[in-house]
Amino acid sequence: MSDTQAHSVAYVRDTMLPQQPAPAGQSGAVQWLRENLFSGWLNTLLTLLGVALIYTLVMHFLPWFLHGVWDANSIKECRTIITDRYGEGATGACWAVIRERWHQFIFGFYPPELYWRPILTFLLLFVAVGPLLFTWVPRVLAWFTPVYPFLAVWLLWGGSGWTPIMIFAGFVLGAAILLLLSPRLGSIMAFSIGAFVAILYFLFVVGLLIGGLQAILPWGLESVDSAKFGGFLLAITLGVGGIMMSLPLGIVLALGRQSDMPLVKGFSVVFIEFIRGVPLITLLFVASLLLNYFLPPGTNFDIILRVMILVTFFAAAYIAEVIRGGLAALPRGQYEAADALGLDYWKAQRLIILPQALKISIPGIVSTFIGMFKDTTLVVFVGLFDPLKGIPDFIRADFNWKGIYWEPFIFVGAIFFILNFAMSRYSMSLERRLQRDNH
Amino acid sequence: MKKSVFFGALTAATLTAGLAGAATLDDVKSRGELICGVNTGLVGFAAPDANGNWSGFDVAVCQAVAAAVLGDPSKVKYVPTSGQTRFTALGSGEVDLLARNTTWTFSRDTDLKLQFTATNYYDGQGFMVRKDSGVTSAKELDGASICIQTGTTTELNLADYFKANNMSYQPITVDSNAEGEQQFLAGACDAYTTDASGLAATRAAFANPADYVILPEIISKEPLAPAVRQGDDQWTDIVRWTVFALIGAEEYGVTSANIDELAKGTDNPEVNRLLGTEGDLGAMIGLDKDWAVKAIKANGNYGEIFAATIGEQTPIGLARGLNAQWTQGGLMYAPPFR
Repeated sequence: MSDTQAHSVAYVRDTMLPQQPAPAGQSGAVQWLRENLFSGWLNTLLTLLGVALIYTLVMHFLPWFLHGVWDANSIKECRTIITDRYGEGATGACWAVIRERWHQFIFGFYPPELYWRPILTFLLLFVAVGPLLFTWVPRVLAWFTPVYPFLAVWLLWGGSGWTPIMIFAGFVLGAAILLLLSPRLGSIMAFSIGAFVAILYFLFVVGLLIGGLQAILPWGLESVDSAKFGGFLLAITLGVGGIMMSLPLGIVLALGRQSDMPLVKGFSVVFIEFIRGVPLITLLFVASLLLNYFLPPGTNFDIILRVMILVTFFAAAYIAEVIRGGLAALPRGQYEAADALGLDYWKAQRLIILPQALKISIPGIVSTFIGMFKDTTLVVFVGLFDPLKGIPDFIRADFNWKGIYWEPFIFVGAIFFILNFAMSRYSMSLERRLQRDNH
Repeated sequence: MKKSVFFGALTAATLTAGLAGAATLDDVKSRGELICGVNTGLVGFAAPDANGNWSGFDVAVCQAVAAAVLGDPSKVKYVPTSGQTRFTALGSGEVDLLARNTTWTFSRDTDLKLQFTATNYYDGQGFMVRKDSGVTSAKELDGASICIQTGTTTELNLADYFKANNMSYQPITVDSNAEGEQQFLAGACDAYTTDASGLAATRAAFANPADYVILPEIISKEPLAPAVRQGDDQWTDIVRWTVFALIGAEEYGVTSANIDELAKGTDNPEVNRLLGTEGDLGAMIGLDKDWAVKAIKANGNYGEIFAATIGEQTPIGLARGLNAQWTQGGLMYAPPFR
């Protein structure tokens, strides 16, 4: 039987062949190239064109980068050094301008002996936002977050030490009234009373209080005028200030637009549509020029504050629409579930609706932030020294550096890229962290 | 209809009254600081150095006025203004004085309600071309592409000039001088046009200045003058006569080196009146007796300022030309101090 079996089959394999690597054309880099770059005549052509383009660009710009000079005191010296080293007609970057003027790109005209103040403010920023952004940061630090804006303003502009304390006290006063009265009078009534008392305090009491305390116990920092702000100090101050204020304002506007109350809804719609319909540059001109006509002569309303308010409005209008998209994406059942649990409006928003809506809106919100941060360079048109054009233009006004063109753009562009790329990466990691896959 | 006209007039009247009523001199004195609108950076005229200290030809006017009014040339706050924002900044009261290489024109003087005080620099628009283009006269620029800054009088002059000479051109608009230079060097345009003072500075900063020529034609008149708001005559007089004091000082040979000596009294009654040892001209414009002494001490007389900021010894290397004293064949002419 077994014999028959053995002989009825001509060949039986009793060992497996050892595994062979894939043929040279089907593996590794070659395969990758064939699949991705040369998979057809069209792609092959495009690849070759692309390579030619990159080669031309690199050949064109590489010498310029490689011939860069860091150690010179004027563009003339740079040119002499490049000619000496690389022969007649060679071109090269003159990075020496960055070496000599980097502090103006970063700090504008801020007094050099006070540079520690913006640096400290910047470092403290991470302490303040850490608890909001990262889970591994100790929760204890969260108490510092509400204090930070007041501390930051005081550190940057200086002045009496009592000012930030007393202004902070005003907010605490308002919040205390809100918390004490809301169980008895309802949240809207309590909020109105709290806001009213706080406004009265800011209008009439705070000035006297600061003046009095300063007379009794004077302490503070040397004040620095807004005109001294420039470069990235200005861009980051405007950007961070705008981001911090525009997110809450944007949320309120988005909720206002969804509201059933006609007045609230009407105001939100008009505000959002008006601000979005007007170019930012117009708003900046309003901030810098038109407001002066309406304010009483001699009023000194800080230009950076004015611009920051308008930038905040601008970003808030966009964020409101982004968040409205997030609210619209929530299934109706979420709202009904919140009602079924007996939550009031604010609790429903805070515990159920907003956490989900904001999570959906993260990419849009971060896009708006990045856009706003870049838009801060537009302040050059109202005579502030932004890092991209304002600072390079006045550096060029010094005869030593007249004729410098690309170097500042590249330097400033690189810093902007680093900051914006970090923001973008963070938002992606945040999305992953909040991923729940529940819909 | 009538009502709206009335209210319009009322608003305008209140605005003007509000602005006119506020005496700028008192504001400046009580503030202890002169707010001066300057260029955001123009070689030789206004530029901050690595430490943020401003200097230049226009800045010297700010400093002279601050010295005359407050006794200290350093008590100036500089507000950089762009071509678009400068007039609004002045009109809205954000700055007390606009010393920003601004051309005195009819419509700016009347329609924009500015008061130009005294011309401190006579400029004119010129052209720069590449030497190898073979162009030697602006009349040969028919059909050329020309780089030009937007929002300036140069743009209008250019159109006028080509129209008058029945030539055509292709404007390549740029936003700033730096961009214009870059476009011109990169060959985007055949010619670059701006004020002759700017052309000289631009050419001097090129890697190979000899490869470029500035054409002989000056196609416009650009009298640059510090400006103030209309409606405050005393303040206008102060700025105007401070500029004249600098110009006059050069004519009478008063320099920062000999002014202390001359201020003790000289044989020349004109110099004595200017420096306050005779008569009391200062009181007539609401200033101290020695206002002109302080103004001249700030940066020297007109000639000294010119030489230190834009003159032939500086890299910009501008000749006095039209800006020489009238006794030297120029247009600088201070009315008598009497």
